[in-house]
Amino acid sequence: MSAREPHGIDAPWARFRHVGRPMRKTDGLAKATGAAVYADDISLPGMLHAKTLRSTQAHARIRSIDASAARALPGVHAVVTGADLPVTYGVLPWTQDETALAIDKVRFIGDPVAAVAAVDEDTANAALKLIRVEYEPLHAYFDPAESLARHEPAIHEGRKDGNISKHVQLAFGDVDAALEAADVVVEGEYAFHGTTHAAIEPHCAVARYSPDGVLTVWSSTQITHYVQRALARVLELPAHRVRVIQPHLGGAFGGKSDPFSLEFLVARLAIVTGRPVKMLYTREEVFYTHRGRHPMQLRYRTGVSADGRIAGVDARILIDGGAYSSFGLVTTYYSGQLLTGPYAFPAYRFDSTRVFTNKPPCGPKRGHGAVQPRFAFEVQLDQVAHRLGLDPIELRRRNFIGAHTKTINGQRITSNGFLECLDRVERESGWRERRGTLPFGRGLGIAGSMYISGTNYPIYPNEMPQAGIQLKVDRSGLVTAFTGGNDIGQGSSSVVQYLVAEELGLTLDQVRVVAADTDLCPVDLGAYSSRVTFMVGNATIDACRKVREMVVGAVAAEWQVPPSHVVLAEGYAFDRADPSRRIPMAEAFVLAEEARETLGATGSYNTPALGGQHRGGAIGASPAYSFTAHVVEVSVDVETGRITCEKAWVAHDCGRALNPMLVAGQMEGSAYMGLAEALLEEHAVNRFGIHRGPSLLDYRIPTALDTPEFHALIVESLDPEGPYGAKEAGEGPLHPSLPALSNAVFDAIGLRLTHLPFTPARVLAALREAR
Amino acid sequence: MHLKVNGDTHDVGAPDHWTLLEVLRYRLGFTGTKQGCDKGDCGACTVLLDGEPVLACLILASLAEGHEITTIEGLAPRHVAIAGAGVDPIQDAFDRCGALQCGFCQSGMILSARALLDTNPSPDDHQMREALSGNLCRCTGYTQIFDGVRLAVAERAGTAAPRRAWESPDTAERPPSAT
Repeated sequence: MSAREPHGIDAPWARFRHVGRPMRKTDGLAKATGAAVYADDISLPGMLHAKTLRSTQAHARIRSIDASAARALPGVHAVVTGADLPVTYGVLPWTQDETALAIDKVRFIGDPVAAVAAVDEDTANAALKLIRVEYEPLHAYFDPAESLARHEPAIHEGRKDGNISKHVQLAFGDVDAALEAADVVVEGEYAFHGTTHAAIEPHCAVARYSPDGVLTVWSSTQITHYVQRALARVLELPAHRVRVIQPHLGGAFGGKSDPFSLEFLVARLAIVTGRPVKMLYTREEVFYTHRGRHPMQLRYRTGVSADGRIAGVDARILIDGGAYSSFGLVTTYYSGQLLTGPYAFPAYRFDSTRVFTNKPPCGPKRGHGAVQPRFAFEVQLDQVAHRLGLDPIELRRRNFIGAHTKTINGQRITSNGFLECLDRVERESGWRERRGTLPFGRGLGIAGSMYISGTNYPIYPNEMPQAGIQLKVDRSGLVTAFTGGNDIGQGSSSVVQYLVAEELGLTLDQVRVVAADTDLCPVDLGAYSSRVTFMVGNATIDACRKVREMVVGAVAAEWQVPPSHVVLAEGYAFDRADPSRRIPMAEAFVLAEEARETLGATGSYNTPALGGQHRGGAIGASPAYSFTAHVVEVSVDVETGRITCEKAWVAHDCGRALNPMLVAGQMEGSAYMGLAEALLEEHAVNRFGIHRGPSLLDYRIPTALDTPEFHALIVESLDPEGPYGAKEAGEGPLHPSLPALSNAVFDAIGLRLTHLPFTPARVLAALREAR
Repeated sequence: MHLKVNGDTHDVGAPDHWTLLEVLRYRLGFTGTKQGCDKGDCGACTVLLDGEPVLACLILASLAEGHEITTIEGLAPRHVAIAGAGVDPIQDAFDRCGALQCGFCQSGMILSARALLDTNPSPDDHQMREALSGNLCRCTGYTQIFDGVRLAVAERAGTAAPRRAWESPDTAERPPSAT
């Protein structure tokens, strides 16, 4: 069997026993009882505590660092500065522009400068105060337009294009001619403000360096494999002597998918002190560490025919990247590459530029790179519908790209349930009866979107599988699955458990999952780009089918029946012809072990060749796309400018819902996050580069009182290549939240909101301007 | 100082300025109590003090002397001690409703829910939301947490399990059974 072979959409044994049901999670009770161990719950004998000294300057040269007094403080075991960790890193191999501690210069307030390991946190904090850093301030950039125009001083020196981090310009078809010939052209400017993940668990890492030269790092990461590679590089250790373990993870949303300073610091400090070292970020440090959603200034021109068919789309986007590259190269591509569905674009052009500024670095956040353009474009589509006097849902239907087709930029679309998504939200929200009949101040808005289920771009170019899994089959009847996939709360280990149980006819308690330990598990690229269910799921089925063949063969031989007569289900091997003949799976495993050898198998998944032929054409090329539509209902108080989202209907095509309860949880959680980004949240610095409110009180994430009533409507367009037809559910359902909200406000009070966030002050200002 | 945690009295030493959260986590090993912000904003460190939910990060450990402290680790044993079996019904209902995504906020969330149901066994929607509003969750959008509380309420009252938010009226599946 090959890593690229699809396994089909059907149940392995006539009907699904587990898949499609609302099952518990494999780690649910551990989490409910407090037994689940997260990074900061780890405590090792003799462990030291480390803290980071951070830059007080937004952009400055470091003239000198004097750590002698800190080193002399009783209880301090080590102080490290940039010179101790000079090797650069970065999640993408082409943009390794970070160091664990600043060398020669700092690029934002909060940039790590030095670190201390001491007997306890209090001593480490006291030592930080004794470190003297002399800075020579440089001109600091806070406005991306200035970074575009001005090259000196450069935030990163030695680059040929000044403060530009990445520029992508791609055109498909003749956009100018299409816009020229269009009956109606709508043009507009839009802005996304910048938000952060705000996972409730702060970043934490613990390191131990054992006498045999093995470095073990437990980290709150969603990318163990990349962290292992980065640690080996920066610490100049062979990768086989670096072990990275992800304990239970307290939320990530993309915010833990870069290698972070603290992982290198605890590793270096453990090596130089000979003691285990822990570092836990404060909430304030988490805000400065950031890697959140990029602020973008977006300009769109959309040409349509009189009957509402899109003729061409022209986009120009300026992206504020903050101080480092992170995933910025991908962000820049995604800002254009992922807009070309669920609507057919006959012609499309985008020009996206990401620049550096002296602010906390941006990175990937749930819906990476695509949420901001989607906001702008879906608001523009609403403007188009209004201009043409068309129902906005009907406009979207008319432009549906279809299933089993290609986008203008060469992305292969397989299954596509977008029309059903539109139908569901239209029906469930009472759109036809209610829209236009609601009183002033109350409105309904629609938006659609699509998103990737992983991509065929493996971050560092290689031909090896993107997902690997290993099964250990025990004569007790237990199967242990070893997966490199990072369970960040989305339930990826549970998905592995369900699939193994389904394939091998086991009960759920006969399957245990060991995840995200680089010593124990085959390589998996990690939890990002919504790749896990699709890729790890396929790898799991691949491994199971190998085991299945061994077990079925042995049982068939024992019973002297053809293998096709043997069925594995509900903990037993049955004879299809005589269901009274059955043995527990433990006995079936024994038969197979006797007939063959110690039982086990590996499985893997790799994407087929995908993507357009243009440069970067593989970025955003996914083996399957998910589709979403939202209808959002708002009430707007024009006296106070306060928008309240009352209800949201979220229809999402996730392919087969392996566990609909977990899918619904992803849909509700995504929509909640997107709506909050539009209404409440803003991640920004003031004119000195100081964060405006680095706390969970000032950065307002919704409470149980703020959250609207969600209606999660699962749409299942079974995908020919997904595991049993499954696609992603973790990120796609976020995208339409923001534009649907804006469109609902227009329906409510006739005000077109194009610049996020929609805080009361901004709404009032927009109302004043409109009058 | 002497701290009574989950029914046992612990003789523990810690610096004067340590909070109850620090002592619970780093001296006594009750790591189920989480630290999300250390300044009273997120609610992850919620524990029960004489049955009342409090933020362990805002209380000096020494001020908790003489009080009954319940952490998430004490909930299931407390349930067993009153002739129950397995875990507390709220813990179980949360698991059966998908409320536990990353799980980091859930120790505090479940204790807040327990405190609510101990004083008000059948809260209305607003009372439930208000009682949980000090516990921030970033994963769920709260919907499946509400499902979990409603399920626990219904089972205690012996009424039918309510339909969960994501289930269409014609969905045949009910929540996974308690067994």
